[in-house]
Amino acid sequence: MSARIIALVAAAALLITLPFWMPGVYYLNVASQILFYAVFAIGLNILAGYGGLVSLGHAALFGIAAYATGYLLQHGFGHPAAILIALVVALASTALYAVLSLRASGIGYIMITLALGEIVWGLAYRWISVTGGDNGISVHGRPEPFGISLTSAGAFYYTCLIVFVFSMVAGAIFVRSPLGAALKGTRDQPRRMNALGYHVWAIRFWASMLSGLLTAIAGVLFVYYNQFISPQTLALTASAEVVLMVIAGGASTLFGPVVGAALVVIVKNVVSGYLTRWNFLLGAIFVAIVILMPEGLVPGSARLWRLAWQRMRQPRKGAEAES
Amino acid sequence: MSVLTVSSLRKSFGGLHVTRGVNLDIAAGERRLIIGPNGAGKTTLFNLITGELSPDSGSVRLFSNDITRVPSRRRPHLGMARTYQIITLFPHDTIIHNVSLALLGLSPLRWNPLIDMKRQSHIVERGHEALARVGLGHIAERPLSQTSYGERRRVEIAMALAQKPKVLLLDEPFAGLSIDERRDVHRCLMSIPRDVTMVMIEHNMDVALEFAERITLLHFGEVIVEGTRAEVVADPRTREVYLGH
Repeated sequence: MSARIIALVAAAALLITLPFWMPGVYYLNVASQILFYAVFAIGLNILAGYGGLVSLGHAALFGIAAYATGYLLQHGFGHPAAILIALVVALASTALYAVLSLRASGIGYIMITLALGEIVWGLAYRWISVTGGDNGISVHGRPEPFGISLTSAGAFYYTCLIVFVFSMVAGAIFVRSPLGAALKGTRDQPRRMNALGYHVWAIRFWASMLSGLLTAIAGVLFVYYNQFISPQTLALTASAEVVLMVIAGGASTLFGPVVGAALVVIVKNVVSGYLTRWNFLLGAIFVAIVILMPEGLVPGSARLWRLAWQRMRQPRKGAEAES
Repeated sequence: MSVLTVSSLRKSFGGLHVTRGVNLDIAAGERRLIIGPNGAGKTTLFNLITGELSPDSGSVRLFSNDITRVPSRRRPHLGMARTYQIITLFPHDTIIHNVSLALLGLSPLRWNPLIDMKRQSHIVERGHEALARVGLGHIAERPLSQTSYGERRRVEIAMALAQKPKVLLLDEPFAGLSIDERRDVHRCLMSIPRDVTMVMIEHNMDVALEFAERITLLHFGEVIVEGTRAEVVADPRTREVYLGH
């Protein structure tokens, strides 16, 4: 059995048994947050990591799904209908977002997504009749799929875990597929891809749609977790935070965004209980990552591990040669 | 029969007229060499033929079909492939992955988000065949970052050949190569069958003249000499603007 499979089995066992050994509901909720933020980061990683399109307005799509769910529930829709319509609304918004932002790449793309994110934030803040303005929208209750109530922290954690696993598998399949390979090609050599017969814009558009779908799913989980949505959720800082999750963990890796999400959520929720200036710590961690592991925590750790492994083996080989 | 016909092609960037009514008529199976001093508009002409640039006026016809307004991404599907003056490959991937991307570019599979690309044996096999044609079959799995400049040139040619083009445009395929690498690339180009029409821009006259059957000399965006190898080399205008005295 390879080391990779052993690590995956251990991680799966750890995640499945987590509610049984985690000390208290608070930490279980932190784990749920890590999982749905990881789904959000996986969604962004498809665009930023594999497509080279760093979006600084992705929290807007996250927020649109959350607001749509909250609004529909408030207006008497059932949970399944609210979730489904919210996902459709978020996907339609993603399509519009992509049509507008994919006119550019690089800095131009970043600036357009930033502007779009600010427009959506402004709407959430000012369109009071729909969004509730600063007061936001409160959500009461959680769905009960197959008669199983998700109100308990454990049940909600397992829901997040299932969605997270689905997102990881979807991400892994996509990255290995021809369309995933084409997306990476458009990141590295868009001109060459065009000359090879690929429709660069359309590839980026479909990648945006997958990214938007995962982001919207995370947004729905968020609103059910928090039972509340306000403009702060889709502010620029929220978009920047998820970009940092991707970069810190390792863009264009499968596990990088998950590690990045865990880092940010733990510092925000756990370390902040002990340290008033937790923002400073988070900033210092990012600076350290950029200096020591510019490729991100996951690929950086893998590189250091390989280096240490080689050094451990070299003296042994030397000793064998001497004997 | 003409495979590629360029008529009165003009392109300006502001006040700079880069191509001034260029006409070309390339027959099936021909080996055409485009020469000219730096700034003559050779690469711009290639970019106009492949559709990476839109002409201000004039037309490009491929097999008698007007493709002037056909998007550049559609032209490989019509049988046109090119290589670049500055090597443009995917440096983080293996050689076979680079060639597989070229093959996928013409396949409907390129839109598939569900299948595993590495398990598409027909794509991988055809990629290996293309690499074998340029003498790189034995290092197909090697990361591109671990290859020499000359090998990368041959990967570019393999990618173009993998698409089974009818017209192949080569932009300075010998640029920056050592003598040995030049020999390898030359051998590889000479082995391409006659059903592929080739148009090449090249400054290295030793290898280029050996390759070419007809030569077009561009100067300030205009065709000033065109003819067989002997005719163009003997023309005093060629000596004046390009070969020197």
